[in-house]
Amino acid sequence: MEPNLQADLAVILPEIVLALFAMAALIGAVYTKKDALAPVLVWLTAAVMAVLAVYVGAVESGTHMAFGGIFIDDDFSRFAKFTILIAAAVVLIMSQEYMSKHGLLRFEYPVLICLAAVGMMVMVSAGDLMTLYMGLELQSLALYVVAALRRDSIKSTEAGLKYFVLGALSSGLLLFGASLVYGYSGTTLFSGIIQTTQDGVSIGMLFGVVLVISGLAFKVSAVPFHMWTPDVYEGSPTPVTAFFATAPKMAAMALFARVLYDAFGGAVGDWQQVLVLLSVASMLLGSIAAIGQTDIKRLMAYSSIAHMGYALMGLAAGTEAGVEAMLVYLAIYVTMNVGAFAFILSLERDGQPVTDIKAMGGMGARDPAKAMAMLILLFSMGGVPPMLGFFAKFAVFTAAIESGLYWLTVIAAISSVIGLFYYLRLVYIMYFGEEAEELDHRTQPVLWGFLMVSAAAMVLGVFNMFGVDTAAAAAAATLVH
Amino acid sequence: MSVLQDLLREYLPILVFLAVAVVIAIALAASAILIAVRNPDPEKVSAYECGFNAFDDARMKFDIRFYLVSILFIIFDLEIAFLFPWATAFKDISMVGFWSMMIFLGVLTIGFAYEWKKGALEWE
Repeated sequence: MEPNLQADLAVILPEIVLALFAMAALIGAVYTKKDALAPVLVWLTAAVMAVLAVYVGAVESGTHMAFGGIFIDDDFSRFAKFTILIAAAVVLIMSQEYMSKHGLLRFEYPVLICLAAVGMMVMVSAGDLMTLYMGLELQSLALYVVAALRRDSIKSTEAGLKYFVLGALSSGLLLFGASLVYGYSGTTLFSGIIQTTQDGVSIGMLFGVVLVISGLAFKVSAVPFHMWTPDVYEGSPTPVTAFFATAPKMAAMALFARVLYDAFGGAVGDWQQVLVLLSVASMLLGSIAAIGQTDIKRLMAYSSIAHMGYALMGLAAGTEAGVEAMLVYLAIYVTMNVGAFAFILSLERDGQPVTDIKAMGGMGARDPAKAMAMLILLFSMGGVPPMLGFFAKFAVFTAAIESGLYWLTVIAAISSVIGLFYYLRLVYIMYFGEEAEELDHRTQPVLWGFLMVSAAAMVLGVFNMFGVDTAAAAAAATLVH
Repeated sequence: MSVLQDLLREYLPILVFLAVAVVIAIALAASAILIAVRNPDPEKVSAYECGFNAFDDARMKFDIRFYLVSILFIIFDLEIAFLFPWATAFKDISMVGFWSMMIFLGVLTIGFAYEWKKGALEWE
């Protein structure tokens, strides 16, 4: 045995535990009561994820490399892993009742979410193009399957298939880019690539970088690689959509930052313009295309495209402050989306889920607490000053201005005003809109709880970000040297 | 820089191969367009099925289980693809290499046990 194997294994302990748990759960359930065990399995999976999140967030510290640098465990990866694990656990808990009510709660569901989480944890810790690809595929393959979980619905199978085919295409782009990068640098290790790109990149290398960026842009659904997002969001079961909108976005953005800084950190000028383009296109399209949507899940899809544009803006700044702003933005974005999807999941009429935005008409009078919580979340998403969402936007804007990206900031400000229109329209419908047929009065306690906590965080976070900002600053400092 | 040049030179045959492949592909496609005599009639363009009229459309529905079986086959096909280089290098790899493969096989076995119990291997 190699002497340092034990140390290497200690670094990837959370991933090993989660992977072993997923396999044990799969075998344990299929050889016993199968789907009858699923509700228990959901809670158990969420509990394991929460424990691991605490372990990752509180117990581990410092920077460790494992297996010759292909796996990196540092403040940056731990920040992302903590967010991913908590988001996955929360979405699992939120989805339990919805899924069992609609006959979708198979025991494979928590197992697949678990495997996707393992993939995401590997992604954010990648120190090598191989690790990157392995984590990305583990995540994606699990997500393709959960998108098509409602097998007898045409829309859900369409969502799964569309996601799979386009996802395979993006993986192809990424692999092509990775092979070019390998060809021109002679190594797949990020620490090796950054040495060869220190004094300028060759044209072939540039092609590789752009192709890798394209592949990753697909995963964060940045324009022009966004076309799958609305259909997949609309077709997937709503809890799955909630999952898509939270954890994988954090993972893909963190991976994006990791690749750009760890592997191509010497060539900021070369990838900056590509990111500025992605950012501008995402913000504008996300804000303008959402105006015509009447389905709240599609609307959230465009909203997430626009939000990714703002997060990419932080990355495009190319500075430590930019990465910090991006991480804070994503943490706030994930919190907002958990609340918003708790609200969407609770929209039901006669036990059937409702996704038409007109159905929210009159909610302000009928269910004031819920409407008020959603109002806070919508204001926050739109970036209205007293809410936390404003400070998230403020941070990325500041980072962009400090890097001299003035016109990017102007476009971002314009698009956030355009985006505000459709968030405010939802508020208008809730409070002043035409009275819709009454929705079911009962809200599941779990959903109500997450909605209220998320809304409260948007207000209270203004005074104290619960340590997110300091953790993000430490994370950004380890990534950008 | 010269190391990189040497490295790239090793890939020269691939570049030559690609160029040859492109030239041949274009030549074949182009010659079919330029040289071939084209004089279609309904009999020529209809589907050929051993001399009699076609029974039905070629785009028929396939039982999904064919796909399932082929996917399950690919898993074990890949396993063999991994096992061959492992076995030939067996003398040179350490115990880490040995146990890595054992863990890989273990994970595959879990997948196999799952699909067996799930009934994916039964045709009825």
